[in-house]
This record gives sequence, C-alpha cells and structure tokens, in this order.
Amino acid sequence: MDPMAEIKATFFQECEEQLVELESGLLAMDAGDDSSETVNAVFRAVHSVKGGAGAFGLDELVHFAHVFETTLDEVRAGRLAPSPEVVKPLLRAADILADLVRAARDGGSVDPARGEASASELRAITGMEEDGGADDDGMDGLVFTPMQVSLPPIGDAPAGEPELDIAALLAAAQPDPAPEPEEPGGWTLTFKPKAELYKKANETVLLLRELARLGDVEVELDASELPLLPHLDPEGSYLSWNIKVRGPAPEGDIREVFDFVESDCDLTVAPIGEETEGLSADDVAAIASAEAELDIAALISRAQTAGSEPAQDSVGQGSAPEAESLTPAAPAPAPVAVAPTPAPAAEAAPARDSKAAAAAAAGATIRVDLDRVDRLIDLVGELVINQAMLAQRVNEAGLARASSVAVGLDELEQLTREIQDSVMAIRAQPVKSVFQRMPRLVREVAAVVGKQVRLVTEGEGTEVDKTVIERLTDPLTHMIRNAIDHGLESTEKRIAAGKNPEGVVRLSALHRSGRIVIEVADDGGGINRERVKSIAIEKGLIAPDAALTDEEIDNLIFLPGFSTAATISDISGRGVGMDVVKRSIQELGGRISITSRPGLGSTFTMSLPLTLAVLDGMVVTAGQQTLVAPLTAIVETLQPRRSEVHSLGDGARVISIRGAYVPLVDVGLSLGYRSEPLDAEQGVALLIEGEGGSRAVLLVDAIQGQRQVVIKSLEANYRRVPGIAAATILGDGRVALILDIDALVAASRGTEAPRMLQAG
Amino acid sequence: MSKTILTVDDSRTMRDMLRMALVDAGFNVVQAEDGVHGLEVLQGETPDVIITDINMPRMDGYGFIEGVRADPKHRAVPILVLSTESSPEKKMRARDAGATGWIVKPFNSEKLVDAIRRVAA
Repeated sequence: MDPMAEIKATFFQECEEQLVELESGLLAMDAGDDSSETVNAVFRAVHSVKGGAGAFGLDELVHFAHVFETTLDEVRAGRLAPSPEVVKPLLRAADILADLVRAARDGGSVDPARGEASASELRAITGMEEDGGADDDGMDGLVFTPMQVSLPPIGDAPAGEPELDIAALLAAAQPDPAPEPEEPGGWTLTFKPKAELYKKANETVLLLRELARLGDVEVELDASELPLLPHLDPEGSYLSWNIKVRGPAPEGDIREVFDFVESDCDLTVAPIGEETEGLSADDVAAIASAEAELDIAALISRAQTAGSEPAQDSVGQGSAPEAESLTPAAPAPAPVAVAPTPAPAAEAAPARDSKAAAAAAAGATIRVDLDRVDRLIDLVGELVINQAMLAQRVNEAGLARASSVAVGLDELEQLTREIQDSVMAIRAQPVKSVFQRMPRLVREVAAVVGKQVRLVTEGEGTEVDKTVIERLTDPLTHMIRNAIDHGLESTEKRIAAGKNPEGVVRLSALHRSGRIVIEVADDGGGINRERVKSIAIEKGLIAPDAALTDEEIDNLIFLPGFSTAATISDISGRGVGMDVVKRSIQELGGRISITSRPGLGSTFTMSLPLTLAVLDGMVVTAGQQTLVAPLTAIVETLQPRRSEVHSLGDGARVISIRGAYVPLVDVGLSLGYRSEPLDAEQGVALLIEGEGGSRAVLLVDAIQGQRQVVIKSLEANYRRVPGIAAATILGDGRVALILDIDALVAASRGTEAPRMLQAG
Repeated sequence: MSKTILTVDDSRTMRDMLRMALVDAGFNVVQAEDGVHGLEVLQGETPDVIITDINMPRMDGYGFIEGVRADPKHRAVPILVLSTESSPEKKMRARDAGATGWIVKPFNSEKLVDAIRRVAA
C-alpha cells in the first residue's frame, strides 16, 4: 500500500475511535456531566476528525466538522450551557458526522439535506452566521500580507550581482501586489530583539539567514546598549542590528521573516535610501573599538539561545563581519542560564511526570494482527489436546499416579490451562464496543416510534471473547428495538399509569460463574400474558386448553412465527421475531430467558460462554459413542431407580426427582445410536437445565469423567447436526460430539422435536 | 548529522503524516502522543526542534510548551505549534506560553520543512 493510502486508512480507523469518544462524551453531557474534561474530550474528537479530514481534502467532512466544532467551542468556553436543548442537536450532529466519515471512507454519500439541517440547527444554537464556515481554517496564518507600500524609485541598484538579478526576476514573476515602478532597490531594517524573543528559542542569526535568502544582505551590529559586565543581565537583550536587504523582495516577504517574533522585537522596515545613508565611517570605528566587549556580548547572546550549531556563511557578506565571525565561538549553554527557572514550575513538573508515567504504564498497549492471535489460540488448543493425549498414554502405560512422570504431567496440565486462560484473555474485549452502538439505535428508534427513551448501560467493561462480541450486535440490536417498540408503552399510556413519561431501557453486562450475562430490561408494561396466550392459540402454537405457567407463557414469544405487534412495524423487523434472536444466541452457545412483571417491565437475560474456543465438559458414553455435555448446563447426576421412571403413552418417559416430574431424554435413542430404549436403571442420568430454567434428564450409558475440551466447529468442518452443538478431539485422538443441551431439552418438551427429527 | 524532531500529537493520523514528511526530508523523528508523554520523552531525548499540537488530552500544547520552557535542559529548544487554529488570539496564547513559531494545518511537507529551517540552524 502506498504510504498515503495507509495513513488514510489509519485516519478512518482513528475517526471511528474519535466518534466513539464523541458519542460517549455527549451522552455523559446529556446525563448532566458538564466537567471540562468531558467537554474537552468531545471537542477534541471533532477537532481531530476535522484536522485529519483537512489533510485529505475531505471538504464536506471538514465543513460540517467545523460548524460542529464551533458550537462545541462555545460550550467549552462556557458561553453555551450544555442543556438538553443543546446536547440533543449535538448528538444528532454526531450521528451525521459518523455518516459523513463512513461516506468518505466507503465512497458513499450522505443526504446533503440532513447535514444541512443539522448544521443549521447548530448554527441556530450559537447564532452563527450562515457560512461562517470553514473559511478561517485555511492558510491565513501564513498568507503574505498584501502590500500597500509604493516603492520609491531607487537610483542605483547594487552592481555586479547578475545571479541575484535573475533570482529577482523570477521572484518578480510571482504574483506580487506591490506596484513596481522601477527596479526595486531593497530595504533597510532596524531589528532590536527583546529578551522574550530568546526565551522562546528564536534566534537572531536564523532570522538573518532567512533574510539572506531574500537578497544580498548587509548586517551591522549595534552593541551600543551593552552595559558593563556588573550590570549585565545574562538573559537580557542588549544588541540590535541594522540590516540592508538588497533585491526585489517585497516588504511582505521581509516582514514574513519576522512573523514568529513580531511581538518580541522592535522592527522597522523602510525602503533603502529613505533613511539616512547606512553606515558612517564613525560607526564602523565605534564598532571596531567595541570589539573586545563584543566577544562577551556574542557569547552571552549565544548562551541565551543555547544553539550549538555553527553560524551560516551565507549571511553577512556585508559590513558586519564582527558579529558573524564571533558566533561560532559560542560555548555550550552557560550554567547561569539555569538560575532564572521559576522554582514552583520545576517542582511541579516531576510530580506531574510521575503521575503521568503511572498512567502511561497502565495503558500501554500494542496492536497485533488478529490472525496471529487466532493462530496462537489454535496452537494452544492443539497443545491442550496433545497434553490430554499424553496423559492418556501415560495412563495406558500403567504408570502409577504418584510416579514422577504423572506428577510432571499434572504440572504440565496446570500450566497448559494457565496458558490457555492467558491466551483467551488476549482475545477478550470489553462489551463496550457493542454497547456503544446502542445509544444511536435508541435515539433513532425512539424518534420513529415517537417515544421518549433513555438508555442506561452498565458493566461496559465486562470482557468477553471477541468472536462472541462480534456476533452479539445483531441479537442485541433486535432486542433493544423490541424493548422500545413493544416493551415500552406510549408516552400517553405511561403518563396515564403515573409513570415517568421517559421510558428507560437498561442494558447491562456482568460475569457470573464463568459466563457473561447480558440483560436488556425495560420499565414498560410487561408482557401481556392474556394476549400472548391467545395469539399462540390462534396461531396453533399451543393447544387451546394448555395449562401454562406465567413463565411458560412468557417464553412463548421465542417460538418461531410469533409476533405480538398487532401491526408489524418496520422497527422490529418484518416477521422476524424473538425466535431469531434466540437462535443466534444459541449458536453462540448461549441461553436466553425472559422475566416479566405486569406494569413494571420485562427483562431479557442472555447468558453466554466467555469464549467459543474451550468448554468444561462431562464426557459420557451413549450407545458406544463418546459425547460431551457442557458442564455449565448440568445441575446434578443421579442413578435412577426403576420405580422413579414412568412411561407415557407415546414412548416418552418422565422421571420423578424429589416429587417433580422431569422429561427423560434417552440420548442414544434420540440421536439414533440405537433403536431400543435404554433401561433407566442401567444408565446414568444427568439433570440438565436449559435456558429459561426448563429442565430435562439426559439418560446416558456411563460417565467417563470431567474434562476441558477444545471446541471444533462442526458446521464449519461438516454441517449442522440437530442436537449437536460442536465437536472436539479427545485425548485418545477420537472425535467426540458436544451435545446441544437446549435442543435436547426442547425436544423433550416436544416443541422442537418434529423439526429436529425431520432435519436429522 | 541529521536533526532530530520531536512531534507531539494525539492523532495517529497526524503522527503518521508528520513522520512521513519529516523522514522524507531527512530528519530523525521522535514522537509523543500528548503533552505528558512529550515531557516524558524529553527526559531521554534532546530534539533539535519540537512540533506540537494544541488540543490534546491529559496536557494540551500550551501546558507542554510551558513545561519544556521550565525545563533547564530543554528551555532553548525551538517549538513549533501545529494547529488548525490560526486566530491571532490562539497565536498569542501559544507565543505567551513560549512557542517559537507555528504551522497551520493542513500542512504540506514543504511548509513543514520551511518552518523547521526558520527556527533551527
């Protein structure tokens, strides 16, 4: 990639980061945070986007960012209070800025009307003029000052400089506002630096060198103000210069040289010949006689500026060889220069530094190509399998458990596990990246459905594997839309119910027993169970006389083909219901459940594995096949007695556990490993709990043990198999299938059984 | 020996662009991400010229310039301010903090090298 394209890619990447900063900052302001830190961060984000966009000539983006920035500057300066009336348009502007960035990146376009509407909104807040636009942003800092000086005719141009004359002609060919009635002669300058000039690390010799680029220069040092040594302030400024620049350079060019120092010096510029003729013989004599002092003067001047470089030959072909020849003799900065340093500043600096160093150490990061991390994870997966194989071989070789080999192997196992955890931690990312996309969604959906909604997020720092995060966006998006569209009541209804007209959607994440739990809660009306049930009956999803618990009714909304909205709005999708959400969560190895309280709202709870790469599993045998059941789903294992198992009419069985009847799933039979049901007393039962707390008992032949297994996708390598979540490789090198607990539980309930069997 | 330039800018894009322009022009480049980081870098580096942004987190350009000027070791290093803001007040503020000169964004390599030449021997 060519370097500019690469930088541009970086720019867009950075823009995304800035947009995130911007949005979270604005949201904080919306929530009442008006600290200067937040406001500054918001300002910087827009400023930074603008700066980069300018460098790449993205004018549309620059223009909008400028209006945005100007508004933020008002807030930053405290002239505009960050009230909701101000922050809301800012949030809208942030959305448009994001669209503009993406349009610039992907070559799309943004409806100019939207941008203009937002820009006018911003202008209205600040009372900015239309097109107070990006114009002041250009080059005016370095633009040459237009000339109003009319050059008086000069009699004699300096002779014998043909090269310079050519240069002069070339320079004259450039646009030059100054009228040039005749060949210009040049300029006489008096230049008296103040001490401040040197304090800012400006350097007379460099200014003189710049002047020498404009023409033939004569430099003459005026050291007349130099005091005697006892009265000399080592950091004072006592020298001044008289300079003649011969050549066609306009006054603007001359003044431009002093642009950086104009307020730190006394400068006069006059056309040559207007002032009294240059250097008199007396002056020369005076300077010559002052030579002894000049040594000191030059040294001090050098010490003040502390430059270590030799002076230029190009300067001073003129009549001031003294000043020039003295400068190279400069020593290193004199120690006296240290003295005037203000003590408080010196003390403050280290304190600030140590704090900053700590902060920097805490945030030190490197960027690594994701492929490398994935490869490392794959390798560690192989290591785990290999270690399991080795353990099995050692076991088969009949070595005692206490033998040094077995003990060493145990240590290896521990180490392997630690490596695995550490590698997984590399991939772990805070859910923030998904959560922070939601505020915009909430704003948009709320605007479409005409409800007032506030999004509250919690636990943004909760970490989970990157793959999980990537696949979390769609289900979360859908659930939040759902919560706003269906969960929250209309504003009128809320007011009628005595609630705050502004509905709250709460999005939270936390770690619980090796999984990440994400909740989407609304404070709406809760699930209308009457209606849900009647719809389910109407659509033939349940029998009309089915006696269902409240919880079971709530879970009906996850059934395929269920949609509670009387009219299908374009917010929650067309016919795409919670069943899709449920399926995508299940594909991630997760579970979803709902709790609802009438009048108080509903909460969707998703529980997801922290990683998709490893799993703690129970290795079991069913019909001579080795299978793995995820440990997290297993509540307990039990040895069923024949008296506890009851057969139902259609061959289905239930088992009574402490007085409750739980469906019994014969794993070997339902996966087709054998055709005859297993005698319950011959096998082992695993009580499992699926999403929503529904329980079932898996009947298997035997339990082999508990083991951490590396998940290998079956879908990616073979195809999707109902009832099977994934596969793994065991220590003996054989492939074992990992059971899809939720599918098995559902099958036991009969709800998904037909589909599963057909597909199988 | 080629000159060493310290650039202080919180934008990765800007840092990359500065690096490219300066390396192409034959300078050694040292970079820092904000004012605090800049002062840290200065504990181990003695750049010939410093180029700094103004709007930065943790410590802005003004604070950074003041910090450099208060440091006996670096107080005489020329500092160029690189900023989109070109208003006289902003320039005055930078100058008061101790800036040597400034470059207005967007910059090009020529402008950049020109400004460096003007403040560094």
